[in-house]
Amino acid sequence: MIHPLILVAVFLLSTVVGYFIIRTVPSLLHTPLMSGMNALSGVTIVGAIVATGVAFLAGEGVFSQIAGGLAIVLAAVNVFGGFGVTHRMLRMFDKKKK
Amino acid sequence: MPALQILISALLAVLVLAGISMMSKVRTAVAGNLLSALAMLCGIVATLLFAGVVSVWTIYVSILIGALAGSLLAARVKMIQMPQTVALFNGLGGGASALVGLLSTHGEGAFVRFTALLAVAVGMVTLVGSLIAAGKLHRVLPQKPVVWKRHALCTLLFLVLTLGFVVAGIFAAGTGLTVCVVGTFLFASLFGLWFSLRVGGADMPITISLLNSLSGVAGAIAGMAIGDVFLVAVGGIVGASGLLLTQIMCRAMNRKLRSILTGGTMKPSTPTPVIENEELVQRIMDLEKRIKALEAMVADLEARVKVLDGQLNAAPAAPAGEAPTAAAVLSRAKDVIIVPGYGMALAQAQHQVRQLADKLESRGARVRYAIHPVAGRMPGHMNVLLAEADVDYEKLYEMDAINDDFKNTDAVVVIGANDVLNPAARNAEGTPIYGMPVLNVDEAPEVIVCNYDLKPGYAGVENPIYTRDKGVYLELGDAKETLLRLISEIA
Repeated sequence: MIHPLILVAVFLLSTVVGYFIIRTVPSLLHTPLMSGMNALSGVTIVGAIVATGVAFLAGEGVFSQIAGGLAIVLAAVNVFGGFGVTHRMLRMFDKKKK
Repeated sequence: MPALQILISALLAVLVLAGISMMSKVRTAVAGNLLSALAMLCGIVATLLFAGVVSVWTIYVSILIGALAGSLLAARVKMIQMPQTVALFNGLGGGASALVGLLSTHGEGAFVRFTALLAVAVGMVTLVGSLIAAGKLHRVLPQKPVVWKRHALCTLLFLVLTLGFVVAGIFAAGTGLTVCVVGTFLFASLFGLWFSLRVGGADMPITISLLNSLSGVAGAIAGMAIGDVFLVAVGGIVGASGLLLTQIMCRAMNRKLRSILTGGTMKPSTPTPVIENEELVQRIMDLEKRIKALEAMVADLEARVKVLDGQLNAAPAAPAGEAPTAAAVLSRAKDVIIVPGYGMALAQAQHQVRQLADKLESRGARVRYAIHPVAGRMPGHMNVLLAEADVDYEKLYEMDAINDDFKNTDAVVVIGANDVLNPAARNAEGTPIYGMPVLNVDEAPEVIVCNYDLKPGYAGVENPIYTRDKGVYLELGDAKETLLRLISEIA
């Protein structure tokens, strides 16, 4: 188990670093940025996988497994849908100039 | 092997950040997005290995179902539906985080219980809030703020109860813990419902940005609950991004985040002035019609006088000054600025806007677009729509970059925008938009307004540009049709 303090430190560090990098994105690309971030927020799929896997291997009740499976499905929709629409939008911006 | 896991997680988080920083330039943005996606894929594989759950087949089935649904949705959705799509995806991420929290509540230690419950709370607020926002954007729910009895009090009460159950959960066990989980779940959902219902249309960009931030925070907290560094890091990045966008949106509207959340939601100051305004607008429109009719009569008379003059003098008279029309103004203009707003999105007129710009450019005019940060319903909304219509992104200017050029331009074409160019924001103290930075459209010599009607915008503040003495052409009605007419009229 990773120490809670490390986790909190990682959270703070990534927030601060992320803040300063994201500041360089111009408002022109704010919608794709937000939609890309949206896709990234589906990273919780990682958590869903761990929780479901642990529940499955430990032979926990059906409820845990269904809840876990549902979490994975929701997060997967978020990830694939999010990256998909972001890709579509960005390609529109990057059309070759005539 | 926590050390190796931390190392790989850190590496992947850096990859995600690299992808994001590539998204600051149009040319590298597509690759940046793919890089982030790749980092995410690696993160998923690494998690399968580290957590030792490679053999659990239900995981793959679930991923497959979600991936199919998500990809299908992403490929099918129209650009015009992007705000509600983003809101919907956002909500699903929040919901997933809430479920992860739910599954982790029975873990060991106070820290795990606390973060798990907090993930449930933030996740449910994100899920419910996003679904309501998506419903409003999709127009299945009322656009106007919905205010119930004792709304502010209930909102506050639900928030306090949610936090209370989360804190109580730290010390609870057994049945007590179950009560805390259910309480957190219930009151966080109610809080999400109450707070998002009272947000109105124009505050949507702020709300969506905030929910975006919350979905990241929910993920990060869920990551703390299950001890996953990668999840914590990426969640933190998303949280920061959403927070930054929220900040930018708030500044662009001169609003405090707190006032949007706790009930200072923008609404028309009182109902009576609006009715008066409508009467006034109606009268102005009638006057406008009569003026047009009179102008036509004058032109007709002038033509007859000219004919008579010609007969008398048998010499051609100098051409009489034609009655100014929007098309005539645009025909002469060498420098035009187009100001799009949410109305353009509603009328789906972006392609006609592009056609108008093409026509003007083919006549040698310089055409630029002035984009207010909160025009539309999400950050960067106008840019996406214009990009869909193939408008070169280098012609899209941010407010600060173009605001000094309005006084030097020949003509401004407003397409379905109102509050973002209302000069009343500078001096009409006490109105909801007072202090909000606006586009200096009023400094332009000629303003052509292609709005659906002259009703005050969302803020309910009359726009003095519409009633100024000269240099304003009100081309009301569906922007698509208006633009097509203008295009055909430009000689």
